[in-house]
Amino acid sequence: MSLTQAVFILLGGMAVLGALGMVTLRNLFHSALAMILALFSIAGIYVLLEAEFLAVVQVLVYVGAIAMLILFGIMLTRDIVGRASAVRNRQWPLALAVSAGLLAVLAVALVRAAWPLATYAPAQGGVADLGLALMGPYALPFEVASVLLLVAMVGALIIAREARE
Amino acid sequence: MVPADFLPILVLIIVAVGMSAIAIALSALLGPHKSTPTKLMPYESGMVPVGDARLRFSIRFFVVAILFILFDVEAIFFYPWAVYFRRLGLFALIQIVVFVGILFVGYFYAWRKGALEWE
Amino acid sequence: MSIDWIELIIVVVKALIVAFGLLIGFAYLTWFERRLVGRFQMRIGPNRVGPAGLLQPVADALKMFFKEDFVPGQADKPLFIMAPGIAMSAVLISFAVVPVGPSIRLFGREITLYLADVNVGMLVVIAVLSLGVYGIILGGWASNNKYSLLGGLRGAAQVISYELPYGLSLVGVFMLAGSLSLKDIVEAQARVPFIVLQPLAAIVFFFAAVAEANRSPFDLVEAENELVAGYHTEYSSIKFALYFMAEYISMIVASALMVTLFLGGWQGPFLPGIVWFFIKLVFMLFVFVWIRATWPRIRYDRLMAWSWKLLVPLSVANILVTAGALVLRDMGVF
Repeated sequence: MSLTQAVFILLGGMAVLGALGMVTLRNLFHSALAMILALFSIAGIYVLLEAEFLAVVQVLVYVGAIAMLILFGIMLTRDIVGRASAVRNRQWPLALAVSAGLLAVLAVALVRAAWPLATYAPAQGGVADLGLALMGPYALPFEVASVLLLVAMVGALIIAREARE
Repeated sequence: MVPADFLPILVLIIVAVGMSAIAIALSALLGPHKSTPTKLMPYESGMVPVGDARLRFSIRFFVVAILFILFDVEAIFFYPWAVYFRRLGLFALIQIVVFVGILFVGYFYAWRKGALEWE
Repeated sequence: MSIDWIELIIVVVKALIVAFGLLIGFAYLTWFERRLVGRFQMRIGPNRVGPAGLLQPVADALKMFFKEDFVPGQADKPLFIMAPGIAMSAVLISFAVVPVGPSIRLFGREITLYLADVNVGMLVVIAVLSLGVYGIILGGWASNNKYSLLGGLRGAAQVISYELPYGLSLVGVFMLAGSLSLKDIVEAQARVPFIVLQPLAAIVFFFAAVAEANRSPFDLVEAENELVAGYHTEYSSIKFALYFMAEYISMIVASALMVTLFLGGWQGPFLPGIVWFFIKLVFMLFVFVWIRATWPRIRYDRLMAWSWKLLVPLSVANILVTAGALVLRDMGVF
């Protein structure tokens, strides 16, 4: 077993552990932390896939910012903090059916897929290539992204304002 | 190879986590343990605590966190752009002026609505 | 990728050197700060333990280990124990990509004086440092104490607010260097250190770094007149020391980054690279202590306004000005 495989098993195990913890832990705050563990391990897997910029962005945005927002959200909500929440509710048979269906679809897709191997080497430039793409073929999506951020900002402020009144 | 470049970081993660775990375990073993009911009480400057510490807090913190995510994503768009900037020059400049211009509409909206104020 | 054992051993040894180096650095930074602040306040500072008080940090460390390590009754025990470890580990890991000198030859092998050189280098530092905020918020939450929770929340809001100017101010540096790797950034400063070309970025980055490290005058999380000791009110023994360590090591990391990004890193005439790095590092640490001894603590609403209303627009303006100047220069205007 090579070092890469060993690291992959370690990271994959941590991701699965985090995901399981997130759905099974009863304390909401603890489930959020388990989710952070899963997100962080996935960043490590991105590194193994030679997508280091994506890995860093995963840590910066998902682990460092969005998970933080979720923790703030949990702490902001009265009555759900500290109290153990039920893992099941009345909809569990439906949820089970949907999950089983999704698993079946994914399993079939995974088995059927041809898994072609890349015939060319992955890009070596990394961040610079990404910069080139953002200024060349993806110049318009790059600008539109700022419109999306603007909409999100205005929306968030309006919702926060309503919540205060 | 990219994963090999990151290997030292993984090693340092293991060393750092191991070191803090050992330090915490050592002090738990070495120090005395004499707990009394008063010692276990939350510290509130000598007053007997009233109610639980899990208070609700101001929505301000939540608004700051949302604004933070949005600007964080904006900053991430800057990085690859900055690395490649010198090779494109004027076009990249125009592109970023438009990008920043649109975002600053939102920034000034947030400013005017008082979201940057901390009352 | 097969395992090159010698390479792996070198990496492990270097990781241990970085970790223990930072620990010793932390210990002697506390001595350095106490002696200096003593002088600033017309006192002498610790001078009893060993010559010039040099053994004081050793005595403090031993004391910390033998203090009672207790967990308050209401606390969330696993989180309470984990939190200081997270705070300390995050800052320690961020040092991994900082180059302290050019490579040297030892036993016929080329040894690089950094642990890792990755092409997203500086982003790794920003990302790892952003994890430190969990140490603050988990400590505040797990203690189940009103002072701790408020201190933790305030600290978290402060750290995320200052992370923006921290990252944005560096975009100008990345533009000049054309790279995110710290080694490339140092090499790009061979002729002129970036503090000359990016003075505004250097100032914004420095303030953001002081706030990220929760140092005075931005040490609001432990404003003792309103919050006792903030998020670490309930902490004792080595767990308290780990929080303390996180603060001081993050001061070392911030100084090392200032040196690397703006002061030309290990480059300098006559002396070997590592010596230059160390001289510049000590100078930056002196500035940190100097600021603490000089400026009073800032009010919380002003602290937040400083980041959102001053440092963020300034750093974005710096990006646009730098971009404009580079375009004009490349077009041959000046």
